Parts: sequence; C-alpha cells; structure tokens
Amino acid sequence: MSVPNDLRYTRTHEWVREEGDTVVVGITHYAQEQLGEVVYVELPEVGRTLDAGEELGTLESVKAVSEFFSPVAGEVAEVNERLDDEPGLVNDDPYGEGWLVKITVSGDGAELMDAAAYEAFLAEEGH
Amino acid sequence: MKPRTLHDEPLIFERNPERGPRGTFRLPAGEVPPVDPRATLPAEQLREPLDLLPDLGELEVVQHFHRLSQMNFAVDEGLYPLGSCTMKYNPRVCERACRLEGFTEVHPLEPDGHVQGALELMWELERALVAITGMAAVTLQPAAGAHGELTGMLMIRKALAARGDARQAVIIPDSAHGTNPASATFAGYRALEIASGPDGTVDMAALDRMMDETVAGIMLTVPNTLGVFEHRIVEISRLVHERGGYVYLDGANLNAFVGRALPGLMGADALHINLHKTFSTPHGGGGPGAGPVAVSEALVPYLPVPRVVREGDAFRMVWEDERSIGPMRGFYANFLVLVRALAYIRGMGSDGLREMSEAAVLLANLVRRRLEGAYHLQYEAPTLHEVVFDDTFQKEHGVTNIDIAKRLLDHGFHPPTVSFPLIVHGALMIEPTESPSPEEVEAFCEAMLAIAREAAEDPERLRTAPHGTPVRRLDEVAAARSPVLRWRKE
Amino acid sequence: MHPWIGVGEADRRRILDELGLDSVDALFETVPAAVRTDRLDLPPAEDEGRLMASMRALSGRNTTAAAVPSFLGAGAYRHVQPSAVDAVLSRAEFFTSYTPYQPEISQGTLQAIFEFQTVIAGLAGLDVANASLYDGATALVEAALMSHRLLRAKRNTVVVAETVHPMYRRVLETYAGALGIAVVTVPPGEDGRTDPGRLAAAAGGDACCLVVQSPNFVGIVEDLPAVAEAAHGAGAMAVQVVAEAASLGILHGGGRFGFDIVCGEAQSLGLPLGFGGPHLGFFACREEHKRQMPGRLVGQTVDADGRRGFCLTLSTREQHIRRAKATSNICSNHGLMALAATVFMELLGGSGLRAMALGSHAAAEETKRRVLMLGDPWRLAYPIAPTFDEFLLVGPAPGEELARRAAEAGVFAGVPSRKWGGSWPDGLLVAATETTRAGEIRALVEVLGRIGR
Repeated sequence: MSVPNDLRYTRTHEWVREEGDTVVVGITHYAQEQLGEVVYVELPEVGRTLDAGEELGTLESVKAVSEFFSPVAGEVAEVNERLDDEPGLVNDDPYGEGWLVKITVSGDGAELMDAAAYEAFLAEEGH
Repeated sequence: MKPRTLHDEPLIFERNPERGPRGTFRLPAGEVPPVDPRATLPAEQLREPLDLLPDLGELEVVQHFHRLSQMNFAVDEGLYPLGSCTMKYNPRVCERACRLEGFTEVHPLEPDGHVQGALELMWELERALVAITGMAAVTLQPAAGAHGELTGMLMIRKALAARGDARQAVIIPDSAHGTNPASATFAGYRALEIASGPDGTVDMAALDRMMDETVAGIMLTVPNTLGVFEHRIVEISRLVHERGGYVYLDGANLNAFVGRALPGLMGADALHINLHKTFSTPHGGGGPGAGPVAVSEALVPYLPVPRVVREGDAFRMVWEDERSIGPMRGFYANFLVLVRALAYIRGMGSDGLREMSEAAVLLANLVRRRLEGAYHLQYEAPTLHEVVFDDTFQKEHGVTNIDIAKRLLDHGFHPPTVSFPLIVHGALMIEPTESPSPEEVEAFCEAMLAIAREAAEDPERLRTAPHGTPVRRLDEVAAARSPVLRWRKE
Repeated sequence: MHPWIGVGEADRRRILDELGLDSVDALFETVPAAVRTDRLDLPPAEDEGRLMASMRALSGRNTTAAAVPSFLGAGAYRHVQPSAVDAVLSRAEFFTSYTPYQPEISQGTLQAIFEFQTVIAGLAGLDVANASLYDGATALVEAALMSHRLLRAKRNTVVVAETVHPMYRRVLETYAGALGIAVVTVPPGEDGRTDPGRLAAAAGGDACCLVVQSPNFVGIVEDLPAVAEAAHGAGAMAVQVVAEAASLGILHGGGRFGFDIVCGEAQSLGLPLGFGGPHLGFFACREEHKRQMPGRLVGQTVDADGRRGFCLTLSTREQHIRRAKATSNICSNHGLMALAATVFMELLGGSGLRAMALGSHAAAEETKRRVLMLGDPWRLAYPIAPTFDEFLLVGPAPGEELARRAAEAGVFAGVPSRKWGGSWPDGLLVAATETTRAGEIRALVEVLGRIGR
C-alpha cells in the first residue's frame, strides 16, 4: 500500500502537503482503491471559506459516492480543474496529478497523522 | 435469449436518412377544413417541420421494436430471481381485462354517473387491500412504491402537525431500500440510520436510545430486505407509539405473508403495497407500478384526495377535504394497473393468495438449502421469501458478485439483485417467487453451483463473462465519465 | 393448487422433505403469534371465464369517450391509438422485464429509452431528457424541486402561473409544504395569458423558478420568449410544463427560447385515457444541470469488444446509491409508457407528429367557429388569445351545469373550468383533436344550442 512519507493524513483518508501558507489536499491510494474508478469529482468554489472537517466535495464512482473533507480551516485557493475531464487521475496518480484542492490556511487544522501513524491506523481499522 | 444477431439494430434516427419519407401512420383526414397556423398561433413559436424522426412504414417500425425485444431477458424467458423486485408470472387474463375498452377509453373527467364501473372497481380493490392488510383504509393514488412511502410519510407529518408536534427525523434501518431515506428526506425529515443487530433485525437497545420526542417514527420493511421477519415488530411498534411516533411499514415484501399475518396487528400506521410485486402487475421494463397505501384509523383523516366514496349503490369522487395532505399526483391512480391487480386477486381468490406466499417461501428455502455451503450466508436467521448470500468464498479467487451475476446470464438466468442490501458486502439477493416450477429453480441452483466451482477452477472465465449475450460487458465507467444521453446528428 | 403457482402438492411435500420439515407452518415460525391470521376475508378464486365476465360487467358501467361525442381534455386527451403500439407493448420481452440493471440482457429496453430521451429532448428544445416520471403533475414537482436545489440556500419560492393546471399546482403544494418551500400563484391577465413581468416580480428576489404551462390550462399559448427572459432577469430558472404534448408537433418547446426545464405529460403520445393513468411524465433540461436531474438516465457506451451499447448511467444521483441525499425518491418510473410513446412517435414520424398537431389545432378552431356561430349567450372567455386544441367557452350557466346538461343529452361537451377553482370565467374547457369527427362537432353545436335557448 502506497503511503508517502512526506505527506500527512486524516482519519477520513485525505492526504495533505504543505506548500508555504497553502496546503494541497487529495485522497489516499487506499481511499481511491476503495471507491473504484472515479467518474466524477465535485469540487468546491474557489474563494469559499472552510472550517476544518467541513465537507469539501464529493467523488463518484459508477455505484458509490464519497465525500471528502477539509483537513484545515482556510479558504479554497485553487481546485484541480483537470479532474473535470480526467477524473481518473484520482485513481492513476492520487498523490500527484490527482490532487483535489489547494487551501490557504487561516487557522489550526485538525490533528493530522504522519505516514507511520496512518499506516498503523489502516492496519488497526482492519484494512 | 438469442445470441448477437449478425447486424446491430441501428437507432431509428440512423435509418434511411437520405432516402426520403415513406407513408407513416394514417391520421384521420377531411373532417374539418385545414388551418394555417401562421394565422392563428404566435409566429415566433411555430416550429419548422420536425426532422427529429424519419418517416418510416409500419413494418420497419414494428421490426425495429421486435428486434430490440430479442435483446431483452424477461420473466417469460426464464427464472428472474431479482431479490426484492418479485418478478413473478404476469397472468395473461389480467392483461386482457385491463385492455377492455370500458377501461382504456374512459376519460378521467367524465361526470361521476358515467364512470360508476371504474369507481366501483377502485372501491372494491380498496376493500380487498383492507382485508389483506387488516388496516383501516387504503388510498390507491401512489404510482409506485417510493411514491407510496412519501404519501405515507406526508400523512404522518400531517398527523403530527395536527397535534402541534413538529418532529425532525425518522429512524430507518441500514438494511432498508434507498427509497426509504430518500422518501423521508422529501417528506421533510432527516433520516437516522439504525444499525441492524447480529441477526439482521432491529437492535432494540439502539431503538430505545434513538426514539425520542424529536423522532416522527420508524420506517421498517417487513420481512426486511434480508428476507428475515422482524419478530419483535409488536414491541417495536409499541415503543414507537408510546413515544409519540408513528410506524411506517414498507410493504415491498408483503408477498411473503399474505393470508398468514396482518400488518394491522403489527401496529403499522401506514404501509405501502407494491401491486407490481405482490399482486403481479407487470414491471414493464421499469414501471408503471402502483403503490397503494393502507393506513390505521389514526391516519385516515389525512388520506390524499381525491377519494372514492360510496353512497348507497352509487360511487362518487370527492376532491375536497380540509384535513387531507392533498393530491399526490394527477387524477386518481394508475388505474389500468389497478384493473390488473383486482383481476389477479379475483383470479387467485382467498386460498390462492395464501398458497402464493407459502410457495414463495418454500422455493426461497429450497434455494437456500441447495446453495448453502457453496455461497456464504452472512445472516443465518430463517428465510422467508428471499435469501441473501454473498461472494465471500468466491472473493478468495478474485471473483465478485458482479462476475457471478454476469456468468449467470450465460446459463440463461437473470441474475439475483447484486450489491443490495448494503449491509452485506458482495450481496446476491435471490427471490424465486411462487411462480416457477421447482425444476426451474433447481436448474438455477445447479448453475449457481457450477459457477461456484468455476470460480475456483477458471476465475478468468467469470471475470470476462458474459460470453453469450447480445452485447458483452459494457463500459459503465466510460458511460458515466462522458455521458452521451441522446443521439445527435453528426 | 393454482395455475399461477409453480409448486404442486407433491412438489410441496418433496421440498418440505428436503428441508426436513413436516409442514409449511414451520417456515413461518418467526412470525409472532400476535400478528398471525389464518384466513383472508376474500371471495374464492374465479375461473377465467367468470373473471372476464365480471370485469367486463364493471367496464360496461363506464361510458367510453369513444362512444359519445367527447370534447373532454384538461390534461388527458383522446388521440389516435395505432394498433402497433399495443402490439409492441404486449411483447413479454418488454412488459415482463424490469429496470435494465443488467445491460447485457436489456439492450432492447435501454435502446428504446435512449431513443425516447433523444426525441423528448428534441421536442423540448433542450439537451437531455430522462427515462420518464410518473405523470405531468409529478414532473412539475420534480422541476420545481430541482430548481430549488440548484439555487439552494438562496431562493425559497416557486412562482407558478395560475394557468398551470390546478391539479398540478395542488400536487406541487402537497410536496412543497413538507419542505418549507413557498408557492406563489400569479393570476392571468385579461387576455388569459400570464404577464411575465408580474410573474417575475411576484416573489421579489426569492424565486427559484417561474413556472408556466403552455398551452395553458385554458388552452392559450403563453408568451414563452418573454417568460424566459423575465425569469432570467429575476435570477430564477424558467420552467415550462406541457399538459398537451401533441402541441409540440407544431410549437417549439421552451428550450428554444431559453427555458431551463421543459417537463410535463405525454399521455397524448400513444397512451390510452385509462381513467387517468398510467400516463407519462417527461423531463428535459440543460446539459449543465444533468447531475441534478431526477430519475433514471440511459447513456451510450461500448462493450468489451468496442461495440456500441447502452446502460443506465449517472446513477449516483439516485436513491439506491445516494439514499437520503438523492435528487428524487423515484425508483420505478413509467418505463412501459415511455416505450409506448416511443413506438407511437416512430410510427407517426416527424411528419405525422406535425400532422397530428395541425389536425388537432384545425379541429379545435373549427369547433370554436361553429360554436360561436350560435351567438349569444355563447362566447369565448378570451376571444383574441391564440389557442392550440382547447379553449374556454362561456355560456348561459356555470360550467358544472353545462357539462351535466350536455352529458344528459349525450355529449361530453367539456370540463368545467372551475372544477378546481380559478380566477377565470366559469364555463367549459372544450378540447378537440385530430380524432374529432365533423359529426361530433355538429352534435356539440346542436346540444349547446338547445341548452342556450
């Protein structure tokens, strides 16, 4: 199972990469595998302000819908518009070109796990 | 099912585009003088001659649909054990009855005196459904089961409002059909999911915690989607009623206990009845169904209008009633579906209906007996009319319930319902109904057993199934990623 | 033993033996004693002959709209009924199958629905149409709720022209009430048409959609381009509901003028009157709103060999996946009725649909002309308004009385215009179609002439 060391993780299976005062958010390899082939991604409007833990958008496969959540409080700075035409990027490259949202951080985030902790979390949850 | 024919049947729009029009269906002519619409209708709203559809002769159109029909599976073709949908035989006499001109050619707004037969038929069907459910009254309006659910929940909402009680949520088991939470939402309620206990029925302790003064009631399927009877139904209803709530029973599975048990004795306040399941009106490739709702005395005042009332020997349609939730649809009901259902009830009679439920339960138990061991059974409680296996054993070979379903197509059977209920991963929900012969059911079981063996021996054959259908496995991902929802001229 | 049950007496014993049970009662042990019954208070089974005789007796107590001159409309219209429609519907492959969840063995149903979606979208003048809804009234409800979703948290009022079928409006109120959505009704102007400006102003800035019916309840073609413009000017969705789908044979659907949703009732396209159902709801909208649509959708795709095929798609909108957050609670729709409409439209072809519309319009214009020749006290409620195949006739008595007296004289002269109330004059809604015979018009004129004296 792919869990990169340079990222931090949530219990709802988002990953977070810090880039200055913004963070990049995506879903983990594990999450995309559970969901199956992604056919549609509903992304938030740029400029929307968020609390940590708030629903950011939804990911759809043919037969399932899954929400994803903001790991931090802040404002939506950018969304991955390529996903409109290529939602499969979430499956093919979840930690790279399949990123979802960039958020300008304005406050404290929820508690995030490092890679080791996330792997332990997956194991503990019986995944 | 015929294998793929040599040619694919083109879309009607692709037929003879350049060859010019042919004689189409002949319309009445010469009765009145023609009118130039440019003189009588707003010019900017007039359309040019329609180029949407080619003008074809009758045989071309009939052949088109005949060929399309050859690519469909149907109840008349073989076992169609689609769990929860109850795909039983559709008796032909019911089809004949509903095509009588005295039913088909009746306008819904003729004066009541001219539609006494239609009104009496509705009245009689209501009485029959009251007898079958043991409830106080019935509305025939809902067009389908989900529509019935909403009708029932709106009545509950109105009854609560009448006593000044605004409640916000409805309890729904995690095994419920998706229409239950959706109907609760459209009735203005939040759906509160209650987890099923280890035997697949409602967890009483959880219900006790959840059922408070903010909860309007519970929506419960009996027997539930696992085919298991909620054996504490009386206690559940009592608890809900004591706390001021109402009990909605989803009657999708009424066919399991007709003549054996009465929802009226279970404490139900509202119950919808899928006429296209229990009373065998045809499913029509997706409808029309009909979802009459039976109610307890407590909800009678809130029944939708219009209602049929009997006055002596005459029947009348009443449109106004201040306490009613109002109408749920145009006109009265899916009337021609009601005709079929009443014909079915009369054709079965009291004994036949009882025998129907018994045979359905017997055949479901036969399936369970034959497949136990080869397929995993998550919930082992006694089975009524359907049984839910899953693909746990086959997953070890990388074979899923979808693969099993697709492979069944090659054996000439319709697959069971897959991936429902949601509480069973990789579910295969099998409902044979009472109509097939035991040999047909046994042959289905043999096919299932052969597939279970094949899963171990040649899993790839399963993953690439079906192999003998008019088309092969379809790319549903591509369909959803870039939806093409209509034909367009190139 | 019963012919519709596949298990005989010996079968039953054999299965019970295999299950190791003495009697079938053992299978029902989980049913608590308190809820059990051992009898049904229903008559014994009837054989086919008696069954048909009793059903025929019931049907014989209805007057068919074909047996007497009939000018009844108001949401259900008598049009031609090609025999081939019912012949196709009677094929077991269509009527004894169910929702095409397994596309490999449902290509017939799926392709027919795809053709239905294509034609409906084309008639509506919009991009996409769904696989059907229950009827015109519930289609209107779904349109209003979709508009509300699209403007969620911003707008909470549905503005409806009073000339939308009163039955549809009442159904809308049933649904909207539970969701706390306000419904505001705007009466027509003196010419029987809805004033777009008044419609747009009715809810201040709170309208999520403006709804008009065209042709409207009193038969009049609304000013669709102006309504669409007014709706968009007010930041609201423009919704057209159609109760008489035959009109679409000569009139553009609202999509042409910028309407966002065109929905309604398609009974006129091949379905029998059937005492009000099952009829056929249709629903079309813009491509960009497709993920908020209610109901099933069929899409085109390819199979494992790369050949064209069809399957249900965008299912994540629906209740079986999104459950409480679904765009509608609908599951079973009116698939077989959609098939009927598809066969009907393909039998008539483009030119036939146009000819049917022209024939209906001409019959109504001729009926109008003949009735007006009676002179006082008969007059049109809205003399200059353009109507399609239905018009509001005012006479010497309220509509209920006129309808009753005409029916006693053997003519269904029309539907009382205030059956459900309304701010329009109290008279008869008179509908004629391509099936209306010259003799029927003469009979109507004769009966009205006698009533008027």
